Amino acid sequence: MHRTAQRGLAIVSTIALLVAAAGCGGDDGPGSGGASVPGVTDTEIVVGTHMPLTGPASAGYSKIAPATKAYFDYVNAAGGVHGRKITYKVMDDGYNPANTQQVVRQLVLQDKVFAILNGLGTPTHTGVLDFLKSNRVPDLFVASGSRSWDQPDKYPGTFGFNPDYTVEGKILANYAKANLAGQKVCFLGQDDDFGRDSLAGVEKVLGAGAVAVKQTYVTSNTNVAPQIGAFKAAGCQVVVLATVPGFTALSIGTAARLGFKPQWLVSNVGADHPTLAKQLGAAAALLEGMVGTNYLPMQNDTANPWIQLFTKVNKTHNGDAPFDGNTVYGMSVGYLFVQALLAAGKDLTRENMLEAVQKGGFQGPGLVPLRFSATDHSGYGGQRLSRVSGGVQSYFGPAYETDEADGPVNEYTAAPVAPPANGVPTVS
Amino acid sequence: MDRFVFLTVDGLSRGAVYAAFALALVLIWRAARVVNFAQGAMAVAAAYVAYSVSAATGSYWLGFGVAIVAGLLLGAVVDRVVMRHVDHASPLNPVIVALGLVLLIQAVLGMVYGNEFRPAEAPFGRSALTVGGVAVLSPYDLFVFATIGVVVSGLAWMFARTPVGLRMRAAAFAPEVSRLLGVNVGGMLTLGWALASGVGALAAMLVIPTELGLHPHAMDLVFVSAFTAAVVGGLDSPPGAVVGGLVVGLLLSYVSGYAGSDLTPLAVLVLLLAVLLVRPGGLFAPVAARRV
Amino acid sequence: MSATGAVLPPKNRPAATGDRPVDRRRGSTLLRHLAVVLVVGLLLVAVSYTVEPFRNFQLATVAAYLCATAGLTVLTGLNGQLSLGHGALMATGAYTVALCQNAFADRGMTGGWLLPLSLGAAIVSTVAVGAVVGVAAARLRGPYLAGVTLAVAVVVPALAVTFDGVFNGEQGLSVPVEPPPLALGPYFPYERWQLWVTGAATLLAMLLLANLIRSRYGRTFRAVRDDEVAARLAGIHVARTQVLAFVVSAATAGLGGALLAVLAQSVSPGAFSLTLSLFLLMAVVIGGLGRLTGALWGAVLLVALPDLTHSLTELLTLSPAVAQRLEGNLPLAIFGLTLIVVMIAAPGGVQGLLSRLGRALSARWSARRS
Repeated sequence: MHRTAQRGLAIVSTIALLVAAAGCGGDDGPGSGGASVPGVTDTEIVVGTHMPLTGPASAGYSKIAPATKAYFDYVNAAGGVHGRKITYKVMDDGYNPANTQQVVRQLVLQDKVFAILNGLGTPTHTGVLDFLKSNRVPDLFVASGSRSWDQPDKYPGTFGFNPDYTVEGKILANYAKANLAGQKVCFLGQDDDFGRDSLAGVEKVLGAGAVAVKQTYVTSNTNVAPQIGAFKAAGCQVVVLATVPGFTALSIGTAARLGFKPQWLVSNVGADHPTLAKQLGAAAALLEGMVGTNYLPMQNDTANPWIQLFTKVNKTHNGDAPFDGNTVYGMSVGYLFVQALLAAGKDLTRENMLEAVQKGGFQGPGLVPLRFSATDHSGYGGQRLSRVSGGVQSYFGPAYETDEADGPVNEYTAAPVAPPANGVPTVS
Repeated sequence: MDRFVFLTVDGLSRGAVYAAFALALVLIWRAARVVNFAQGAMAVAAAYVAYSVSAATGSYWLGFGVAIVAGLLLGAVVDRVVMRHVDHASPLNPVIVALGLVLLIQAVLGMVYGNEFRPAEAPFGRSALTVGGVAVLSPYDLFVFATIGVVVSGLAWMFARTPVGLRMRAAAFAPEVSRLLGVNVGGMLTLGWALASGVGALAAMLVIPTELGLHPHAMDLVFVSAFTAAVVGGLDSPPGAVVGGLVVGLLLSYVSGYAGSDLTPLAVLVLLLAVLLVRPGGLFAPVAARRV
Repeated sequence: MSATGAVLPPKNRPAATGDRPVDRRRGSTLLRHLAVVLVVGLLLVAVSYTVEPFRNFQLATVAAYLCATAGLTVLTGLNGQLSLGHGALMATGAYTVALCQNAFADRGMTGGWLLPLSLGAAIVSTVAVGAVVGVAAARLRGPYLAGVTLAVAVVVPALAVTFDGVFNGEQGLSVPVEPPPLALGPYFPYERWQLWVTGAATLLAMLLLANLIRSRYGRTFRAVRDDEVAARLAGIHVARTQVLAFVVSAATAGLGGALLAVLAQSVSPGAFSLTLSLFLLMAVVIGGLGRLTGALWGAVLLVALPDLTHSLTELLTLSPAVAQRLEGNLPLAIFGLTLIVVMIAAPGGVQGLLSRLGRALSARWSARRS
């Protein structure tokens, strides 16, 4: 009797402790904030994101949020947006959807962020779509090429950023059709929507059945020799890769090991040359001739005014971290967000922010236009092809535009814009 | 047929590395009755040391040697500084401490080197030599087989023939009696940890060039495969670890080659169940005497 | 009770219950547990009104994890079987709830009774999986059991990718959950409702578990853990007891996973990786193996520790270069170090430390009174 009573007491005291721990800073009711906008004061805008900073999936991606933050710091140093400084709260979810649930709720419910910006990953971000929708939090420029972000009726507050994987597959296949006609095309994709959507794009252009051998890999099995061996045995001449950087390097390395040298056509997800070269080390020469895609300025193009701007920001506000495609990506996201804030006007609310994004028309570092409209919430609508030559990755040919359905792949010819002189966008 | 030969060779060369890593697990299990979940993280730490040394000196072999020494030292340090102070009354306590070590080591490596892939050099060519049109072993595969052969036979010799090996076995088998006979049981335990960690570091040096590259989590998946291999072979049996490693390597290769790489975890589970339901102590389990 | 009574042959009963005069107290045990559960329930309702929504959500998460850690405590702490696969059992429960709720939503069915029905289905499916694993587990010991359960932990999330037609691969399924009933008012915070739902389910599960532990079954579990041969000599069917412990443990883990899916409104294989299974094991050992209060501490730590380490590192102001290195890594390092230090300083876990503290205090108190 005594022991059970003691145990009961222990439970009760535990709960009481919990209450005490949780009780500090208690705040009640949904309407207590009155008419004020969460995360926005006269001097500050608080925005949050979830990113893999640690864990197996963090390679490369962990550099994106610091770059975005650096660009915001640069803008803040120049006076901010409408007099408000941007605070960027970066939460590590380790690419684990369960952690994403926790950290996004912490950002929205506790830190009261104005918006979630550039949350990274398809499985991670999918899990918080409903939560963000029911709390009416703008969910801007999701960092993934899944088509899930483009559902304006179901998720009116969610907008993509990356070109979707189908668009990318179509553009890569278009290259194969035009320049590698008659060659045997094969496909290796990640065993999820990334690989599936990309393959769908490839088959839309080449025709169903035109892909000779289709293989998949899972990130939990780092041996792709069986798949590459199958390509070799089938005599594939062109291999399209819908792979993350680690598996691009692994596939190319494994193929070399087996004496198999096809033409590689690689999704922009896994085509960043500095990342691949770093991973392959002494074997980086294998990347020679690899065709990839991208939609932002090439990180090594020092003549490009955007790269000059971002390099400057990286030096002054990012501790001069190694500059690669992820840095360009992070800063481009920051630039677009500042543009959207400006377009939303001085009277910033969540509603007019979404309206401003939906109105679209943002001109920035991207090589192709963003597709934002009332009926389209997907990000960039095209890509440009790049090739590695002499150890340098550079663009060739025109940029291409297409849709995720059966539309044709068209050249996009409008000249790219230059950044404003001080590097901070102004109200257009 | 070509494909079968190719998959067999590929599976064996991976299996050899699993075997080495499983052997490291078996060494600690025999010495301390602990499944060392931190083995992978410790081995990666040693591999990072090798990376730094090789980068500074330009010599692969210097880095290789330093990695093994670092592995030995790290094993001894983990035993002396951490494991020695853990209450072994519950067999789970060392396991939890090992998991804590995994988090700590991986986080520290992430701070020092960043969570990026680093290139892992291979000392020999990895292009397969073709025999009759079929790609078979690469020079690197031969190097892996040779190294692991040397390690396995060296350990077998040490445990069977040298005084220190016999003392280690005695200390693990009957610590009280050994202590009475003047064996430094604590020292033998530390030696066991150091040896196991050294073998683990060696396995990491061999496997990382065939994987994605050097990363704080580079050995996570290898650990899972190697643990499976050790369990299949029997945790008390070094030959079991070797056979288990090769079996798991072959299985993974055949299943991804013929069925699809997403089915490999299922195949591993089926293998484990098939082996353990027939022989609950692994393939090479000694005939168990029931202790009362 | 009578439904599971068939597991043990009747002739065993006197042997199992004869060691203590428990039968006379059985009624009062149930009443005592009921009283505790009622008090805690009322307290939770009070708390849900005083803290902000995020804390409500965290408490609800603690409740969901508590189901899993309590189940693991019964298995590992009371029955001595090690499982590295409880994350997979949680995934089974979570996916069952997702499939049920989606089926209901597709047929346009609504009503408050649907969620309990889905949760029940989740428990049933996990019991089935748990029974299969448990039968295999009953033959295995120590690291061999760890090996098999580890393989289970890896297989179950992988199946979600293999059968992506049903489970939608890595992206997972969304779990449609109805909003709080209108009777609670139009502005009733959703997170408070979540705490009520998970809290009620968890308290019910804890009540049943606490009674089970106090019952004849609890004693047979412990007897098998302490000495299998002696237990067998005392007439206990060891394998059956082990399978029963596995099934009970699986049922609560499945409920925990199901509640987690309801909280997150989504399920995906990445959320139920091997890491989760290992974290659950850490939680029960750090909390204090073998007691339900230990499982509670473990569940609290699972939710609070990442949050605390993150806030701790946020206090530091760092240059961008240093911040890039430490961000994410420093909280993990603190987490790992805490595990090691707690395990060395307090091998009995948090609960062991507290009861030692409690005993010391009460000894002092009674010494002063006499």
